[in-house]
Amino acid sequence: MQGALRKNFVSTRNPCKLCAPLGAALVFKGIEGAVPLLHGSQGCSTYIRRYLISHFREPVDIASSNFSEETAIFGGEKNLAAALANIATQYHPDVIGIATTCLSETIGEDMAGILRNIPEDSLNGAPVLVHVSTPSYAGSHAEGFWAATRAVVRRLADRKNVPERPNQINIFPGICSPADLRYLKEIVADFGLSAVFLPDYSQTMDGPGWPEYRALPAGGTSVKEIASMSSSAASLTLGRIACVAQEQTAGEFLRYGSAVAHHPLGMPVGIRETDEFMRVLEKISGTSLTEKYLYERGRLTDAMVDGHKYVFEKKAFVYGEEDLVLGLATFLSEIGIIPVLCASGGKSGHLRRLLAERIPELQGRIETADDEDFAGIAESAKRLRPDILIGNSKGYHIARQLDVPLIRVGFPVHDRIGAQRILHYGYRGALELYDRIVNALLDKKQDDSQVGYSYL
Amino acid sequence: MAEMRILKERERQIGQVSAGEELKILCEKKSLAGSVSQRACVFCGSRVVLYPIADALHLVHGPVGCAAYTWDIRGSLSSGGQLHRMSFSTDLQERDVVFGGADKLYSALVELIDTYQPKAAFVYATCIVGLIGDDVEAVCKRVTLEKGITVLPVHSEGFRGTKKDGYQAACDALARLTGTGSTQGVGPCSINILGDFNLAGEIWMIKEYYQKMGIEVVSTITGDGRVDDIRKAHGAKLNVVQCSGSMTKLAEHMKQTYSIPYIKVSYFGIEDMADALYQVAEFFPAYPQILEKAKVIVQTEVAALMPELRAYRTALNGKKAAIYVGGAFKAVSLVRALRLLGMKTVLAGSQTGNPKDYAQLQDLCDPGTVIIDDANPLELSKFIKEKDVDLLIGGVKERPIAYKVGVGFCDHNHERKEALAGFVGMRNFAREVYSSVMSPVWRFSSRRGGDYIPFRETVVCKAH
Repeated sequence: MQGALRKNFVSTRNPCKLCAPLGAALVFKGIEGAVPLLHGSQGCSTYIRRYLISHFREPVDIASSNFSEETAIFGGEKNLAAALANIATQYHPDVIGIATTCLSETIGEDMAGILRNIPEDSLNGAPVLVHVSTPSYAGSHAEGFWAATRAVVRRLADRKNVPERPNQINIFPGICSPADLRYLKEIVADFGLSAVFLPDYSQTMDGPGWPEYRALPAGGTSVKEIASMSSSAASLTLGRIACVAQEQTAGEFLRYGSAVAHHPLGMPVGIRETDEFMRVLEKISGTSLTEKYLYERGRLTDAMVDGHKYVFEKKAFVYGEEDLVLGLATFLSEIGIIPVLCASGGKSGHLRRLLAERIPELQGRIETADDEDFAGIAESAKRLRPDILIGNSKGYHIARQLDVPLIRVGFPVHDRIGAQRILHYGYRGALELYDRIVNALLDKKQDDSQVGYSYL
Repeated sequence: MAEMRILKERERQIGQVSAGEELKILCEKKSLAGSVSQRACVFCGSRVVLYPIADALHLVHGPVGCAAYTWDIRGSLSSGGQLHRMSFSTDLQERDVVFGGADKLYSALVELIDTYQPKAAFVYATCIVGLIGDDVEAVCKRVTLEKGITVLPVHSEGFRGTKKDGYQAACDALARLTGTGSTQGVGPCSINILGDFNLAGEIWMIKEYYQKMGIEVVSTITGDGRVDDIRKAHGAKLNVVQCSGSMTKLAEHMKQTYSIPYIKVSYFGIEDMADALYQVAEFFPAYPQILEKAKVIVQTEVAALMPELRAYRTALNGKKAAIYVGGAFKAVSLVRALRLLGMKTVLAGSQTGNPKDYAQLQDLCDPGTVIIDDANPLELSKFIKEKDVDLLIGGVKERPIAYKVGVGFCDHNHERKEALAGFVGMRNFAREVYSSVMSPVWRFSSRRGGDYIPFRETVVCKAH
């Protein structure tokens, strides 16, 4: 691998990351009956709502404790209490997930103390209160996401040390799409296992229409299910970077506290990562991969043969959350595309090493740019001349400038319909990505051609 | 399912118009904690107002979120450079919060000014900056001296009030630009257009109407705005203010400082658009040809528009609409525009309306219409259901409230890419309303009986 590029600007220009409370809010949206509450200014909630709504196209209600000048000086206890009471009255939630923003973090709110003074049963319906610290000056939305995952497990998982549920596993799926979550569920069920996902926004963030408006969308993992995570047979965390960069993942917490075996894995993007994921499920369930998946895998490798010439040694830029970038780069290396630039706004410090470890065959051909922004990516593009961009919709203007295709994946996708249904995971996800990538390159070739054959 | 209750503290911000009885809507209040307001913060107010100034550098001083969420979201077009569409942030980190971010701000400004050569720079102070006490003013002063361009602080710490206070902070920054340029050559029939943000090129249409009338447009604040034009804005004879919620403060400032009067107008809907032209024409009575030309424009445009509008009106007649927008002044225009399409407004609300706005809405709306200030999703959904509306007009955050329960939607927020102002805008608006309300998709929604009917039930139906 070439050395990581040093960011040569003090400022961030067109950020390739979001702030931590967004990640936390997304986790809370994956818990049944939960309402996220951001302890800070009104704007944080509203901006994050707009950002999530534009991607998922679902109602996303996120409350705010709505700091004022006095709150910023004297502390937010009163506002937080009022917010909790009003949420409880309006929403009747099972859980209120509280994330502290840069504002409340900086004034040094004693959240444990404040929450002690607000007994849960004093609130309408006695919702469970979960707090996660997500100052936006430390880490990106990915860190907020993982921190919230851990906070929920710490708060809600039973303190047990008995693996009473040999058929149950925990899956920490990382930031993926509702379609990915649904597919993971299908796979797990086909292995005869039941799984507790955290988060599970497969339904809350991609559900059907309603006869009338619902304060709380159906779906999500219930408090009871989360409580039972400590008696599962194993935990799978899908995110290699999250596993090494986080202080302690939820999976590690359960391993230490409740002796639940933990399998730190990559996001199952592409063949090798999915193979590893499947082998872990085989091991836990004691059953072999069924024909259904062997066929899925077979169709994928067959398609890869059909299209290999059209993609070979094409240069791709991959960007987004570090774990997604790692997964996508691994997949691209399997189909003959060189991920010449792997960029992320995240800065765990592990991306470069993990890319080298997972893709040894492309030694020296991948540049890593962590702590990167889109202005930096655009500048690298002038030098590296990619044939294709793979990442969220915020890279569109670069693709447009370069006149190369953009394959929209990950989060956010704000300029298309169906972002919540983009499948990235597993053999099926890889096949969908593969078809989209090859066809985008063929489109481009056909459009650019003088002749424009309608036959390949 | 639990019944949707309106929070006690919110009750006085909601009311129904009734004949002969004056409705008092409590407003201009800070949002209630935990209510899930649709409003944003002070920073948002400043950012949306100043955003369209295309040749200025807009640097958000704070952690990355505030800049990331406002990157290239407005549909504000520029006829030249596109610098406003970039998102610049000091991206404060933990060490900056501990040791202060002033040095980082200074370095960021210097590198960005050197790289992008803007005509001026705005530095938006976010929540955290207000807490750690960076002397943004001093940094701006220093860079102004060193770089020779005006660098203006915008005091937009999120917690310092509501979105409206952000408008004020933006106007304060703009006020420091006006009056700094030469007004030489500015003619006697000249105006500034305030409070249009050139969404989808709207200000170009408005400007063209005025220019056809023989009016000189000195500056557009801030749609397709340019720093040098704003500097000489005080040369104009009249300020024409749309979006009065955001821009009245600047107009007031210019009235007091430069004795420039202002009028409030709206460019939405035929009546209001025509009125906006006539009001300006009437301000220059010494030039009667201006009014004559305005009449010709209105006649020509309306004549071109009416046949198509009539067709939409036939289809939309009697349909019911709910309006929930940022400023109440816009809601007033929308009630009129909907009426022109044969539609009835059954809910009208806004994030930032004042008592005057709500009184005007009340006068305009039929008895039974719900008037609401600073609503939340649950309240909006409650009235959408109770009033059985066919259309909601709002922004991205309101959209799923409508779609989820099978109601049509028209985006009238600052993110939209459709021109809705001017006479052409009225046609686009009518088309958009028509294409959402009349779409065949609603027949598959639950509220229109579109759920799957099992075989068993179809057999029973036939048997009867």
